[in-house]
Order: sequence, then structure tokens, then C-alpha cells
Amino acid sequence: MAESRFVYVTYVRTTPEKLWRALLDPEFTRQYWGGTWQESEWKPGASWRILLPDGRVADTGEIQEFDPHRRLVLTWRNEFKPELHEEGFSRLTYELEPMGDAVKLTVLHEIDRDGSKLIEATSQGWPAILASLKSLLETGEPLDMTRRWRAGS
Amino acid sequence: MEADPSDKVFKALADPGRRLLLDRLRAEDGQTLRRLCEDMGMTRQAVAKHLRVLEEASLVVPIRRGREKLHHLNPAPIQEIADRWIGRFDRGRLRALADLKAKLEGDPDG
Repeated sequence: MAESRFVYVTYVRTTPEKLWRALLDPEFTRQYWGGTWQESEWKPGASWRILLPDGRVADTGEIQEFDPHRRLVLTWRNEFKPELHEEGFSRLTYELEPMGDAVKLTVLHEIDRDGSKLIEATSQGWPAILASLKSLLETGEPLDMTRRWRAGS
Repeated sequence: MEADPSDKVFKALADPGRRLLLDRLRAEDGQTLRRLCEDMGMTRQAVAKHLRVLEEASLVVPIRRGREKLHHLNPAPIQEIADRWIGRFDRGRLRALADLKAKLEGDPDG
């Protein structure tokens, strides 16, 4: 089947509860995800969106699976770039698995089409965001490069 | 967990065959074992063994989709090594220097 997929696996020295909260809570995402935050009722079927620091809606979707501290699946469509928006909905999965004194975090961002521009674009952003998330949880400080939303992104 | 998980990454990267597998995944991410075996000049068992070493180092992540097992590059381990030693340098300038080197070396008149 035609598909594009971004895969990222990292080990974060924290607990599943703290990592889960950091993935969802605006207080955390604003620090490591370029000042953005998410709005959702966080239950299956609920709508989901991510907002840029200036209040623009960046991406929207719907929660598909919500298993606290373990697994989150949501659909994701870009809302501010026409060439990405027209690709429709992609799918984002977070999986958390305790491993000793750390948590294995697996991030999948995928769409059912070859050569997706959306996955190409988000693949540029994910590594810095996720490294900054790890840094925030392990050291209390996010990485400098992800504190602010980059113009043109 | 072991003291330094980057040990596994360096050991995995020390082998040219394994680096070639990573290059092939960079060219086309998400390949099956059968696809990766094409033109490798290695037995299927040897390729599978290399992939296991890459998976244990978390450099390659297998994703199950239906009956297929797709192999994906994981940028995290090398990114974490880079952050460890060059994180305090200016990434933008390093990128510019790397681009300049690539341009000069790739330029037939250079």
C-alpha cells in the first residue's frame, strides 16, 4: 500500500505519567514545541487541534484511541498550508512503554500516500521537538531552538 | 539499562555493511527484509543479523503493517550523540559549513 511514515523512538528518563502529561499539557508543550498548544477533550471521538503562538490553528483532527499513559492515536490535517491541507488526514500515534528507569516513546506519523509533503514537512520538525521534550523532562530545560515557533514553518 | 546506550550505536555503526543498510533506508525508508536483500551481495541471514544489531541500537525500528515488517530509520540515537558533543555549538553555522563543503566537493569546476 502507498504510504509515507515518520518513525521516532527515544528513551526518556521519567515516568509514563509525567511523559503523558508533557505530551498533552499546554504548560509543557509551549516550552518544547515552539510555543504551541493543543486543545481537546482527550477522549475517543473528540476533536483535536494545535494552535500556533499567534492563535492561528495549525492542524486539526480527531482522537481515535486514548489509553492514558500508554497509547494515543489521533488524525491530523494541516490547516495553514494549502499544499499540505489538500493531502487530507494523516495519523499520529504515541506509544509509551516503561523500560527500567526510563520510558520508551515511539512516535509514528503516517499517511496513506507515497511521497507525502505533509510527512516530509513534519519530519523536519519532529526530531527537534522530541529531543527538546526529552531535555525538558530530564533536565528541566527545553532546547533553545524549540522555544519559539519558527517563521515559515 | 546499560551505563551508556551509545555503546550499541557506535558498535552498530562500526560495520560498513550496516552503514550501507542505513544508507539504503535513507534513500527509501520503510523497506521489507526481502527488499533490503536485493543487490546487497549478502545472504538473507547476514542481512537479517545486521538488522537485528541496528534494531538493538534503536537505529532501525521495525513496524508491523499487515503481514509485512517494515524497517524504518530512527533519527533519535544519532541526534542524541550530536546533541551530546556539538549541541553547544551553533548548529546553523555548522550546517552552513557542511553545505559549503558539499557544494565545493560536488562542483566539477571546484
